[in-house]
Amino acid sequence: MSTVLYDAAGPRARNRYRLYGLLTTLAVVAVLAYVVWKFYDTGQFSGRKWSIFQYEQVQRTLLSGLGNTLKAAATGAVLALAFGVLFAFARLSDRAWVRVPAGLVVELFRALPVVVMIFLIYYGTLANAGSASTFWSVVIALTIYNGSVLAEVFRAGIAAVPRGQSEAAYAIGLRKSQVLRMILLPQAVRAMLPAIISQLVVLLKDTALGFLITYRELLTEARQLASYGEFEFPTIPVAIVVGAIYIVICLALSLVATWLERRNRERGRRRTADRNVQMGAGEPDAGA
Amino acid sequence: MLETLTDNWDLFVEAFRTTVLLLIVSGAISLVAGTLLGAMRVSPVPALRTAGTAYVTLLRNTPLTFVFFFVAFGFPRLDIRFSYFAFAVVALSAYTSAFVCEAVRSGINTVHVGQAEAARAIGMTFGQTLTQVVLPQALRAAVPPVMSVIIALAKNTTIASGFGVMEAGAIGATLNERGYPAFDAMIWVAVGFVIVVLPLSLTQRRLERAVVRSR
Repeated sequence: MSTVLYDAAGPRARNRYRLYGLLTTLAVVAVLAYVVWKFYDTGQFSGRKWSIFQYEQVQRTLLSGLGNTLKAAATGAVLALAFGVLFAFARLSDRAWVRVPAGLVVELFRALPVVVMIFLIYYGTLANAGSASTFWSVVIALTIYNGSVLAEVFRAGIAAVPRGQSEAAYAIGLRKSQVLRMILLPQAVRAMLPAIISQLVVLLKDTALGFLITYRELLTEARQLASYGEFEFPTIPVAIVVGAIYIVICLALSLVATWLERRNRERGRRRTADRNVQMGAGEPDAGA
Repeated sequence: MLETLTDNWDLFVEAFRTTVLLLIVSGAISLVAGTLLGAMRVSPVPALRTAGTAYVTLLRNTPLTFVFFFVAFGFPRLDIRFSYFAFAVVALSAYTSAFVCEAVRSGINTVHVGQAEAARAIGMTFGQTLTQVVLPQALRAAVPPVMSVIIALAKNTTIASGFGVMEAGAIGATLNERGYPAFDAMIWVAVGFVIVVLPLSLTQRRLERAVVRSR
């Protein structure tokens, strides 16, 4: 829609845009050149630094780090989705003693930094049990934070389902739990799928917080590799490789979210169009 | 439980002051940089658009902890040396401005097409259309999402505790060394964050409703 901000450029404007484009390109090239020069100047391109990736041990370490990142993300995602559905239902309950505490829990956990929750769980179990699992500290913290956010997403999604749906369901004699489970939730999930996946990207990114309590995920392993003196402390090469891994995984998930969003929109439009045809073209329609 | 707080009151005050300072400095930088990035992404110059999109896509798909890692451990290897606080500001601003950009852009998208068309019809240039017609309305619509970004930033400052900055997130580890229970310390930190973040969240929600109502 941003294209309405400006007219199709005339000859003078086109020249001006070309000039700005050139200046931008020059600026970007200058920045990149500075970065490359800085890398070169401090010896980041030395073969010794990069040779670390040739060793099978190092490759295994990176893979195991990646595996731990994905394991925490997958466990956290499943638990957070369950937590989200549970608390969304609880917040929609007719009974105040269920609704109010659930609301408080969700509001509280959304206000707390994940880092603080990780430390709370970690130190808490450390003090009570003598030892603490870094894996579960990360997973539980990610579950309650993202679960609380997802609970709000589900709730918004359920609220956005047209009222006729639940009215019709009640009219054919379904109970409230049936209406929620069979009628509202499936429609809400489909409408909110892009938002849900975006939140899962956030969850995946936040597994890197395990670094702070030395859970052996990708970033913790990266720090380990970066400290090897015999490879001239390859912080930058390791960071480039690890950063690329993160970006590829998150970008792939984000692209799924955008694709779903586009598909939803197109489907909604098609359905509206079909209905318009049935009702007679040009009939006003509130759908989609 | 209580003496963990009272005995170390100075530490708590000092740490939370650092947190708020991080929030204000990186918040201000991200707001300016994010708005500029947002303008770049809707500009008529393809090169500007591409540069803005590339930056936002890259930063939004990177964990903030990794950005911290790159800045705090990578920059010294490139002979760029600042204080840990300055590194934290760089990492937080670089990351947050990408999210501010998206919030501003979503604000621009809510401005009715007719507004920009009318501005163009009376002969305003792109710069005039943007600064005098679209942005004033867009910024108002962008306030709630930008507030959300700032709230997230407030919470994200705790990551700096893992990279040498003595702010609220680091209180637990520090008191652990002093022989106080780290769990109790973190409970108080959590209370502190609720005090800082909850008013922000409530304001944000009120603004959100106000924007919806004004339309």
